[in-house]
Amino acid sequence: MKRKPRFKIPSKYVLMGLTLLCAILVYASFTMNLSGGPLNTAAGYVFIPMQRGINHVGLWISDKTDNLKDLKDVMEENAKLKAQVDELTSELNTIKLEQYELNNLRDLLDLDQKYPSYEKVAANVIGKDAGNWFSIFTIDKGAKDGIETDMNVIAGSGLVGIVTDVGPNYAKVRAIIDDISKVSGMVLTTSDRCIVHGDLQEMNANQNILLTDLKDSDDEAQAGDPVVTSNISDKYLQGILIGYINKMEMDSNNLTKSGTVTPAVDFEHLEEVLVILDKKQLGTEE
Amino acid sequence: MKRKIVVTIIIIICFVLQSTLFKALAIASISPNLLIIVTSAFGFMRGKKDGLLIGFFSGLLIDLFYGGTLGFYAMIYMYLGYVNGFFRKIFFPEDIKLPIILITASDFICNLLVYFFQFLLRGRFAFPYYMIHIIIPELVYTIMVTVFLYFILLKINQKLEYMEKRSAGKFV
Repeated sequence: MKRKPRFKIPSKYVLMGLTLLCAILVYASFTMNLSGGPLNTAAGYVFIPMQRGINHVGLWISDKTDNLKDLKDVMEENAKLKAQVDELTSELNTIKLEQYELNNLRDLLDLDQKYPSYEKVAANVIGKDAGNWFSIFTIDKGAKDGIETDMNVIAGSGLVGIVTDVGPNYAKVRAIIDDISKVSGMVLTTSDRCIVHGDLQEMNANQNILLTDLKDSDDEAQAGDPVVTSNISDKYLQGILIGYINKMEMDSNNLTKSGTVTPAVDFEHLEEVLVILDKKQLGTEE
Repeated sequence: MKRKIVVTIIIIICFVLQSTLFKALAIASISPNLLIIVTSAFGFMRGKKDGLLIGFFSGLLIDLFYGGTLGFYAMIYMYLGYVNGFFRKIFFPEDIKLPIILITASDFICNLLVYFFQFLLRGRFAFPYYMIHIIIPELVYTIMVTVFLYFILLKINQKLEYMEKRSAGKFV
């Protein structure tokens, strides 16, 4: 029964057929922004639980080893920190007073709407790009948790990246340090706009990302100034911290500046991220 | 049938390990490429057709989870598996030289193609930099892993071939 004389397709025809299929897929994903669709769903249910499991085990082990190592350090640190707490408590009291005053003034100015508290959902990073060229990672929350393409992803207070693809139980995030990522940014101190883009070479060598096209005609922006997402970006919400200017130089055209930015997020040890469920509202098209 | 299930499980395990465990064990943020080892090894152990099919599905997985364009990695891996299939005639299981050379070449060509299509065409011309900091380290790391993984794959393949032969013999 095993020896049925079945017809076998020669491998070169299989190769030709699949090549054609790949070409169509590549073409389709360029022209129509195609994502895996049902393939995403199927793959998500197979791989995400496994990746999540391995990460849990990994985190548990590293936790346990860290615990033992850290215990002694922590004891010393504890004594030091206790002293610091006293110092900071007094400082906090003054700040609280100031905060109270600030809130009052804000209410008066009706500034609250400018900084809305976005709705966020926490997610774990469960897998990173299989190659070494790009900084794409997957998180363990997907369409079922309300995540959609183009939502912003943050960690701590800094921008991490943007959701590029969603499966039912996972989402694909392209980090801002990825070589093809571009973000419209703004230097907070001078409100000058610039483009921040990831660069594999600069990231590997100095852990920085690039900043270009900064129009700083008054020559006021300095190293150390925070760079945030700008108001004209069509996908990134306004005012999320990207990083701090590391160094800057005037371009040869004498109009714009370029330099490097140190990202606010530690991408090397990224474990937990927050996805902002609000998307940038662009005026409705007529 | 048994072969299909086993190979699927191998691909799944390698993909999951590559994107989780080996990313955690990355040296200087470089991690090895397990799927290229699987594609290449099954290519020269089993022939062109198995090679290209395994390559296609491995690549498709990378595309689905971490690729920018669907079909890009699938195409590269498929051709690598196919080309490796040509070497089946001169492959002997006892000899480790040919597998090492073939897997090394496959990984190198794969990364060259990724550089060419995804970086050079976007105007990133610093090829020596990418060569020294991405391609070569990945190559070295992949070869180190190959030494272990290849023997596991070889043993699995021999076991499968033995079982296939036996079950075929029963019905003669």
